[in-house]
Amino acid sequence: MEALGYSAADFYYLLPELILTGGALLVLLVNIIVPRRGDLLFGISLGTLVVSGLVLASFAGVDTTVSRGLLAIDGFALFFKAIFLVSAALTLLMSAPYLRVEGVPAAEYYFLILCAALGMMFMASGVDLITLFIGLETMAIAFYVLAGYLKPSHKSNEAAVKYFLLGAFSLGILLYGMSLLYGVTGTTRLDGIAEALAGQDRSLLLAAALILLAAGMGFKIAAVPFHMWAPDVYEGAPTPVTAFLSVGSKAASFAMLLRIFVEGMGALTPDWQVIFAFLAVVTMTVGNIAAITQSNMKRMLAYSSIAHAGYILIGVVAATERGVVAALVYLWVYLFMQLGAFAVVTMLRRHDVVGDELKDMSGLFARAPAAAVAMLLFMLSLGGIPPTAGFMGKVWVFGAAIDQGFIWLAVVGVINSAISLYYYLRVVVFMFFKEEAAGSEIAMGPAMVTTLTVAVVGTILFGIYPQLLFEQAQAVAGSLGASVTSAALQ
Amino acid sequence: MLEITPLHYSVLSAALFMIGVIGVLVRRNIIIIFMSIELILNAVNINLVALSDQLQNLIGQVFVVFVIAVAAAEAAVGLGIIIAFYRNKETVNIDEMSLMRW
Repeated sequence: MEALGYSAADFYYLLPELILTGGALLVLLVNIIVPRRGDLLFGISLGTLVVSGLVLASFAGVDTTVSRGLLAIDGFALFFKAIFLVSAALTLLMSAPYLRVEGVPAAEYYFLILCAALGMMFMASGVDLITLFIGLETMAIAFYVLAGYLKPSHKSNEAAVKYFLLGAFSLGILLYGMSLLYGVTGTTRLDGIAEALAGQDRSLLLAAALILLAAGMGFKIAAVPFHMWAPDVYEGAPTPVTAFLSVGSKAASFAMLLRIFVEGMGALTPDWQVIFAFLAVVTMTVGNIAAITQSNMKRMLAYSSIAHAGYILIGVVAATERGVVAALVYLWVYLFMQLGAFAVVTMLRRHDVVGDELKDMSGLFARAPAAAVAMLLFMLSLGGIPPTAGFMGKVWVFGAAIDQGFIWLAVVGVINSAISLYYYLRVVVFMFFKEEAAGSEIAMGPAMVTTLTVAVVGTILFGIYPQLLFEQAQAVAGSLGASVTSAALQ
Repeated sequence: MLEITPLHYSVLSAALFMIGVIGVLVRRNIIIIFMSIELILNAVNINLVALSDQLQNLIGQVFVVFVIAVAAAEAAVGLGIIIAFYRNKETVNIDEMSLMRW
């Protein structure tokens, strides 16, 4: 059956998204029928993500567009969707015990997490500026609410207001850039844009569009000098939300950035390479130096996540298939180590301790040896020490930069990695060599054990056997490149 | 008589965009900042409609409908967040947001 150019295949390939939508609505519905059953809602949400993931897995190797060419179902999209589903699942696992301690309602929380994941999926799939922007907003609006989820907490309020104002502001800038790009090319399709830009001279309007788009995306990935919201929001938001924000939202924004700039504006590569090279250098440097002075764990991890956005940007600057592969690999690696670190911080939240200060880490090895050893691994991985996954990610990113003649960029990256070791190892010193901090027992429930296990296994596995990830990313990066070349040929 | 062309609208849109950006940067009241953001979004809308007319294709106007819908959703959520903030702090001044600083 075909009506308006739609066929059953359009809906078939949207199944993962449709399942997420259904699951999110089901959570709200079940909450009305059987109120206050956090465990049941948790089961539904996790089940939704698992089913969605299974359907997604069956699309492996598919390369097509659906909904009249507005959404691409290709390897690139699937790769990112897997990141979103895994990070959403891990976030849910660490949220369940956290919500009990905070004593906040679970239904809307799970609903919003699923909605944010849904928005991210569209950001990875969208090949039209409108689709990308709707996906971005679906995700962002869910995150605005999630950041302020702890209503009585002043910090959480403040985080939500700041995130909302700067998020909406950056959206305005991004949209203005999109409107100028539409004016220059006459279409919002990325392949059409690539085609129109291929033979076009550089105009003032095009330069303005490029700069506004880069600034708007810079806000979303928290690149310096558009990073000011990140530390405040990361600190004030509930810890599992911060974890999801720093991994899922960042990965989704990078997916959108790669789609717009590599796929849509491939003809302008030398121009945006300069912009992103500059952003990468200041992002890494400012992020790492600011992280040194922090005494709050969440704030420190926020600056560290800013610095990591800088490393990933190096891969984007390289702008070759290898560079894209490096960025993709880095995002997977980053998922495990960053979520793991936040899981440990989440665990420190008990009924009598907020637990997000660096000093709360004191003596963790004596109180919860398993968690302390896991945290040691995450810190080493974030710092880029072999044989962890973080090392392999950095090697690949810097390698891609050197390949393309950006040797100075790789040098700056390596120097920054060295600086970052200082504040990562400081956490280790607190955990292993300081007196125990006050507060009640640290409980490690089955959900938290699962989260940490997955994160640890991911961090070690991809450190020792990175080929697994490289091969996948290699196969996938081609699909982004392929659409670039096919657009140029048309 | 001077004919009003799409270019005039684009200039208007650019002016509105600048007013919005300056408003966000210099004003201290959260509600006013929010209104400035709405100005930016409306600058985008004017630009898209003007360009749509100039290019003689409809995509720009379709885009505008989406922008309006998203702006409405964002306003609902945003005002809710601002009210939650106001209940705790009894102020909508951005200088009072000083719990978290580096």
